[in-house]
Amino acid sequence: MVSAVAQARPAEIASGPHRRVRIGRWALNGAAALALGFILLPLALVTWLAFFRQEIPSFPPEGYSLQWFGAVFNNKSFVGGFLLSVQVAIAATLIGLALAVPASLAVTRRRFRGRGLVNALLLMPLIVPGVVLGTAIYVFQIEAEIATGLPLLGTTAGLIAAHALIVIPWAARLVSASLAGFDPSIEEAAKNLGAPPWTTFRRVTIPAIWPGIVAGALFGFVMSFGNLEMSLFLVGAGRTTLPIAILQYLEWKIDPTVAAVSVLQIALIGVAMVATDRYVKISQVV
Amino acid sequence: MARLELNHLSKRYGDNAVVAGVTLDVADGEFLVLLGPSGCGKTTTLRMIAGFVEPSGGSAYIGGVDVTYLRPWRRNTGMVFQSYALFPHMTVAENVAFGLEMRKLSKTEVVARSREALRLVRLEGYADRLPRQLSGGQQQRVALARVLAIRPDVLLLDEPLSNLDAKLREEVRIEIRELQRQLGLTTIMVTHDQEEALIVADRLVVMSEGKIRQIGTQRDLYERPADRFVAGFVGRSTVLQGRVIAPGQFETAGGLALQCRDGAPGKAALVLRPERIALGVANGMDNRLSGTVEFVSYLGDAIELHVRLSPADRVVVQLANRGETTVPAVGDAVDIGWQRDAGLIFAE
Repeated sequence: MVSAVAQARPAEIASGPHRRVRIGRWALNGAAALALGFILLPLALVTWLAFFRQEIPSFPPEGYSLQWFGAVFNNKSFVGGFLLSVQVAIAATLIGLALAVPASLAVTRRRFRGRGLVNALLLMPLIVPGVVLGTAIYVFQIEAEIATGLPLLGTTAGLIAAHALIVIPWAARLVSASLAGFDPSIEEAAKNLGAPPWTTFRRVTIPAIWPGIVAGALFGFVMSFGNLEMSLFLVGAGRTTLPIAILQYLEWKIDPTVAAVSVLQIALIGVAMVATDRYVKISQVV
Repeated sequence: MARLELNHLSKRYGDNAVVAGVTLDVADGEFLVLLGPSGCGKTTTLRMIAGFVEPSGGSAYIGGVDVTYLRPWRRNTGMVFQSYALFPHMTVAENVAFGLEMRKLSKTEVVARSREALRLVRLEGYADRLPRQLSGGQQQRVALARVLAIRPDVLLLDEPLSNLDAKLREEVRIEIRELQRQLGLTTIMVTHDQEEALIVADRLVVMSEGKIRQIGTQRDLYERPADRFVAGFVGRSTVLQGRVIAPGQFETAGGLALQCRDGAPGKAALVLRPERIALGVANGMDNRLSGTVEFVSYLGDAIELHVRLSPADRVVVQLANRGETTVPAVGDAVDIGWQRDAGLIFAE
């Protein structure tokens, strides 16, 4: 009987379930390639465009040149916008993390009344459209200025405060995800070995959820850096973030300078991701 | 290494008493096992000793010092967790050194004592590995080394073997017991596995519903169980329902008249250990009965027969496997017997 089964096998492989599995795998790989192409195509086109020689983008290119990259660095509003964006994104990321890490700890570890509500609120900035958020914060900052007399609207501090809001959901989500996979008895073990709560947090909890914190910081930074809709309401006169500088430039010109500045942005974020992934395996969290 | 005393230690959540007054005195160097089904309060008791659960009442003393409300990091207990709870981002050596660093020992002493602890669990060559690079059994030994390094007053083991496969479990429990004896560590282990408990313990505590049912040696629990719960939980047993009709006389629900130990007249249960019932030659037995084999389990070292004595009474008989060629089969008529003292009587 054993040999009969063994003999039946090869015929089955040629026509039966094995072949269906192979077709399925091809279909899956094909769909994945299609999706990836869909995502990468605009990036590839923008990158190509940045190297065109002619001022008005048209196909096929008349030749290639690096002049537009030079134009980026000679453009004051791009350089100023970049510096402001980096400054705001770093500050907002730090503030966002300082709020999101304790909040995630509370939401994943503690059982308290209104826990679900707090969890929902942490994700809220992700759900509310940027324009709505921008309008609301704009109105709030005006009212706050009137009430307190402190300058808020149009200041870097006001912009950072608003950007911290878009960092929070990303940081909270990713830190919570890494906390969920973290055995609480590991913290108990630390306490049992003589570590008070703060030492336990610093030496055990933080290192264990570090990939989540780094990934949250990276995503928060990228979201803040690229934010346009909300920032439009909140920047002061003559001080713009990079996305706003790009928008303003596009109102008058459509030369490849904009493509060049986009390529620089993509490269910056790409390098940040690759560099971070070398030290912390973000792919484990995201 | 110290003596541990619990006095009426209890834990309530609202109206629910998870631990309802546990009193224990564990001698210096003794290995005590808390045994019971899940939800009996054994783990909560252990966690109160470690300081992770604040007692609702009673007191706990380690080495004569009141630790009832002392924070976990201020008492010198060493706990091995079911999940091992190793620090995933630290190497084996760093894991073991952690407790010593918390004690602010000098660097040379930290290194010396970590190395000594790893040597005790035979993992000297693994100091630079990360926990995820080790097998379950090795991780378990790192967790043990980590608490041995701090030389705890009391070693606490929370189902330390339940994540290991059966073969490894047998090795590791003997290893733990030998280490404990060698180092003279006062040890409390929690388990629901009675075999494990019987092998390692000096004394056992059987718990159910937050209360201690019995404290004693293996022999005490097996030969003189305090109640039917203990009799049923420790070792295998058959229960015959019925009543004591006169001193030393038991009548089963199926109408069998049996001789038994003295017990108060009235409704009762007769508990029999399977290996105390003899098959065949029933000469000199106080109780001699015949019945039909309904089920046979061949266990290797032993053979178990389920024998029907009356429509309402069935007993399990265990025979040591000495290589006899004829083993009763299902449907065979057999004679069985037991001495009157073999049965335990519990009033219902």
